[in-house]
Amino acid sequence: VTPALAIILGVVLASTAVGITAGRRMKMNLENWTVGGRRFGLLIMWFLMAGEIYTTFTFLGASGWAYSRGAPTYYILIYGALAYTVSFYLLPELWRRGKRFGLQTQPDFFIRTFGSRALGVFVALIGVASILPYLQLQLAGLGLIVEAASDGAVVANVAIPAGFVLTCVFVFTSGIRGTAWVAIIKDVLMIAAVVVVGIGAPRMFFGGIGPMFKALAAKAPGHLVLPGAAPSLGVSWVMSTVLLTAAGFYMWPHTFASAFSAKSDRVIRRNAIIMPFYQIPILLVIGVGFTAFLVLPGLANGDMAFLTLVRKTYPPWFLGFVGAAGAVTAMVPASILVLTASTLLAKNIYQAGFRPGASERTVLRLSRAMVVVVMAAALLFALVFPNALVNLLLIGYDGVSQLFPSVVLALVWKRLTRAGAAAGIVTGIAVAAGLVFTKHDPLWGLNAGFIALAANAAVAAVVSLLTPSRRIAG
Amino acid sequence: MRQGKKLSFLLGAVPFLALVAALPFVNRLEPTVFGLPFLLVWILFWVALTPLVLFAADRLGRRRPPDDKDRP
Repeated sequence: VTPALAIILGVVLASTAVGITAGRRMKMNLENWTVGGRRFGLLIMWFLMAGEIYTTFTFLGASGWAYSRGAPTYYILIYGALAYTVSFYLLPELWRRGKRFGLQTQPDFFIRTFGSRALGVFVALIGVASILPYLQLQLAGLGLIVEAASDGAVVANVAIPAGFVLTCVFVFTSGIRGTAWVAIIKDVLMIAAVVVVGIGAPRMFFGGIGPMFKALAAKAPGHLVLPGAAPSLGVSWVMSTVLLTAAGFYMWPHTFASAFSAKSDRVIRRNAIIMPFYQIPILLVIGVGFTAFLVLPGLANGDMAFLTLVRKTYPPWFLGFVGAAGAVTAMVPASILVLTASTLLAKNIYQAGFRPGASERTVLRLSRAMVVVVMAAALLFALVFPNALVNLLLIGYDGVSQLFPSVVLALVWKRLTRAGAAAGIVTGIAVAAGLVFTKHDPLWGLNAGFIALAANAAVAAVVSLLTPSRRIAG
Repeated sequence: MRQGKKLSFLLGAVPFLALVAALPFVNRLEPTVFGLPFLLVWILFWVALTPLVLFAADRLGRRRPPDDKDRP
């Protein structure tokens, strides 16, 4: 066993133990399992939300985009700040309704607001279909990171099932509380890794971050301003993309439901205020991608830029540390995704769609069983058909974003009807899928999902005005 | 709607004006700040300022300062 491997194993096992311990002393019911009994305070909410949001994409994707595309990667810095601004105004409203009506999931909100179980089942299906490819992406990322960090001692096809079992165990026992506790470990490790590499690597090669940018500006000035190395990703693409992603950010079933975990709306607002500070480390990740662009030109896969740079410049044990941080960074979002998908399947598809009389204990038991089913499905795809879900992944974000107009309009516009909301969502998803699958993304320099969002809002408004108002809860 | 509440909503537009509407005018390399391209400096400045904007919005939007319901 090499030092790197020992570090990876030690951290991953310790994290799992913490996750299991987190739920040991509480009586598990559905509300505790899904939303932590609505008792999370500011600090744990911050870790939980950061844990959900900063995935393996932050590690590999942001540096990979900086490496291969350049300036368009700045959109990641922007959309976070905008999404937290949206959440500052939107999430407290959702929290109040969640508290008043006992909501636990995103479809619960739609069922309650529009008085339609069918709409709830439909929203739940969109949620599960969007979550599965993301879960697979996390598992694939875990495999990639552990294989690279252990220098091939643990191949991806071993790391992925191992991560799968460990994640299942703590989700099964502790629910959302397990995720929140492991998220603390993950956030600390990841920030440490990013700060060390983000400051250290540019310093080693260029004497600092500023001089690194100067060297890049001298060598490839176009890489640092839009559209960078990607002609189709210009200013209008960034503008439409950050608006789309800011709208969609809290429309994922798991981010939406995080509003229900807080103990008060004050906690949510204060959390939204401090979240943008978490964007700053992303600058360091982008800097690592730019450094790799200068010192390691010609990598076949830009997503490997971060790990390759660490392997070339740091001792093996540190590569192990980065691998451990990366593995836990995959496990935390994976756990929340599987928890959410399982609850959607049991509560909003099985119970709401087919067995309205099912008891809460039955739903909890079924949710826990679904943890294994959902993980197994994602595992199967990750191992057997690594590319089968790429199409779904491409429109996952576009898809969940289409819920945004209905949610916002439901809160501010009394005339929005059930038919209007449903027609808008269907239109939005159809337009997004049509454009993406026919390779028309971006279209006219705009993100296809943004065009779909505009069509969605227009259809929702027109259909609402043409149908009689029959809202249940105001 | 109360004056403070209105202002609180208006403040929410600030990050969108700075980080979306202004982008076509700030997409340039020069002047650099500590070596960083101007576009990136502009984005970082406003991302770092967003918490302050939201903090101000929170103060203005609160019905009755301080709202002590969730404190021990």
